Amino acid sequence: MAEVISDILSLTFMQRALIVGILVSLSAALLGVSLVLKRYSMIGDGLSHVGFCTLSIAAVMNWAPLYFSIPVVVIAAFFLLHLSENGKIKGDAATALITTSSLAVGVIITSLGSGMTTDVNNYMFGSILIMSESDVRLSVILSVAVLTLFIVFYNRILAVTFDESFAKATGIRANLYKMLLSILTALTIVLGMRMMGTLLISGLIVFPALTSMGVFKRFKAVIICSAVVSVVCFIVGIFGSYIFSTPAGASVVVANLIAFTIMRTVGAVISRRR
Amino acid sequence: MSVLSVKNLSVVYDGFEAIQDLSFTLEEGDYLCVVGENGSGKSTLMKTLLGLLKPSGGEIVYDNLSSAQIGYMPQQTDIQRDFPASVMEVVLTGCLKANGRFPFFRKQVKELALKNLEKVGALSLAKKCYGELSGGQQQRVLLARALCSTEKLLILDEPVANLDPKATNELYELISKLNKEQKITVIMVSHDIRCAVLQASKVLHIDKTLLFFGDTEEYIHSSEGQKFLGHEHCLCGGDR
Repeated sequence: MAEVISDILSLTFMQRALIVGILVSLSAALLGVSLVLKRYSMIGDGLSHVGFCTLSIAAVMNWAPLYFSIPVVVIAAFFLLHLSENGKIKGDAATALITTSSLAVGVIITSLGSGMTTDVNNYMFGSILIMSESDVRLSVILSVAVLTLFIVFYNRILAVTFDESFAKATGIRANLYKMLLSILTALTIVLGMRMMGTLLISGLIVFPALTSMGVFKRFKAVIICSAVVSVVCFIVGIFGSYIFSTPAGASVVVANLIAFTIMRTVGAVISRRR
Repeated sequence: MSVLSVKNLSVVYDGFEAIQDLSFTLEEGDYLCVVGENGSGKSTLMKTLLGLLKPSGGEIVYDNLSSAQIGYMPQQTDIQRDFPASVMEVVLTGCLKANGRFPFFRKQVKELALKNLEKVGALSLAKKCYGELSGGQQQRVLLARALCSTEKLLILDEPVANLDPKATNELYELISKLNKEQKITVIMVSHDIRCAVLQASKVLHIDKTLLFFGDTEEYIHSSEGQKFLGHEHCLCGGDR
């Protein structure tokens, strides 16, 4: 086992994948708790599809993928949150519209360009070979930003998550914090989606939060637990994918699924004993 | 001494005039019940009082009070009923103004939260999970949270919605007690009209514009009151 681990750690692409993955899972877990509680779980999925669309455009036009993706996905995040509350088309329907239309546009652009190659497969299901030096740098900056903002505004984020109308009435600028939440989510998704895959990245947002809510009943405990669960599941998933030669993104999601099942069972046992 | 005076207030909401030319004045220690049918502008009035909507005409004047110093108890949402947070965490979200910009809660703020939990008789619940409380207990906790941001004025939106009769009576008693003992002015919007009217000392009946404003006794005998309340007597408890 120790041999396998040192094998993995000696590979440059694995080192990068681990650094980016751990930081992205950490950010996703923190943001995920608020998103799940506010019933915005599907936003991650919508945004990753927008991300797919921008990546295919960037590939065809030969643009640097992240510098094009990030602003577009941030704008999409803003629209999704805004649409889901104020628009005539409500929440889940708006997400579904954006998800399918960006997927469709992305697929058409890819087929007009290089044709349906392994690239599309990589975008859909992720690849750990894809992480570059600059991805590592960006993900470090991003996750430091997410962590700092989350700690500084923790109490306000809790207030806005729990009760937006009360927060607004007491003078907290709820819309500002919601926008902050959506921008950070967009950044996390763009960074994580090429490794995890368009179709799988929202698992990082949803699973850790639900897993820890099965056992813990205090907000702070839920947050800490989902951060830990998310990082552990990512590491287990990546190592598993190396050992069993399974796709990385899918393995991480399966690791999360196993953790979810275990913790929910534990939670059920605990609450029955009370 | 007046706490709040509303002068010729008009509010446009969603493109139509939800409130037209409304005026009334509240004195310190008043317990006002706002009644009216659905779509009569009750919620719009409340949002405007809280500073969430801007008046399109007229003005609202608070005496020594800003709209952020009102204790607000909104209706419970689905999200909250099974929210994974402790009671203390929930009450503390009402203390953000008192805490200022500092990212963590100061000691005196935590004491404020505990003091208000005690006022609503929920001190023993402080460490419990909010989502596991009964409906009545949850409302008490939300009341404590509202008290954290005010010492003068509480605005309650449908406080007894979804409560069983026993919890309803207990919550009314608690609100009356806070009103009398702490001299907190209360504005309550309620669908539980008969009981709410009998709890309150004043009634504001609106239908976009003012239909009645005055003492409860007068209201019960007025033509608007007779129409709205019907002739049945209130069967629920209370100290009137």
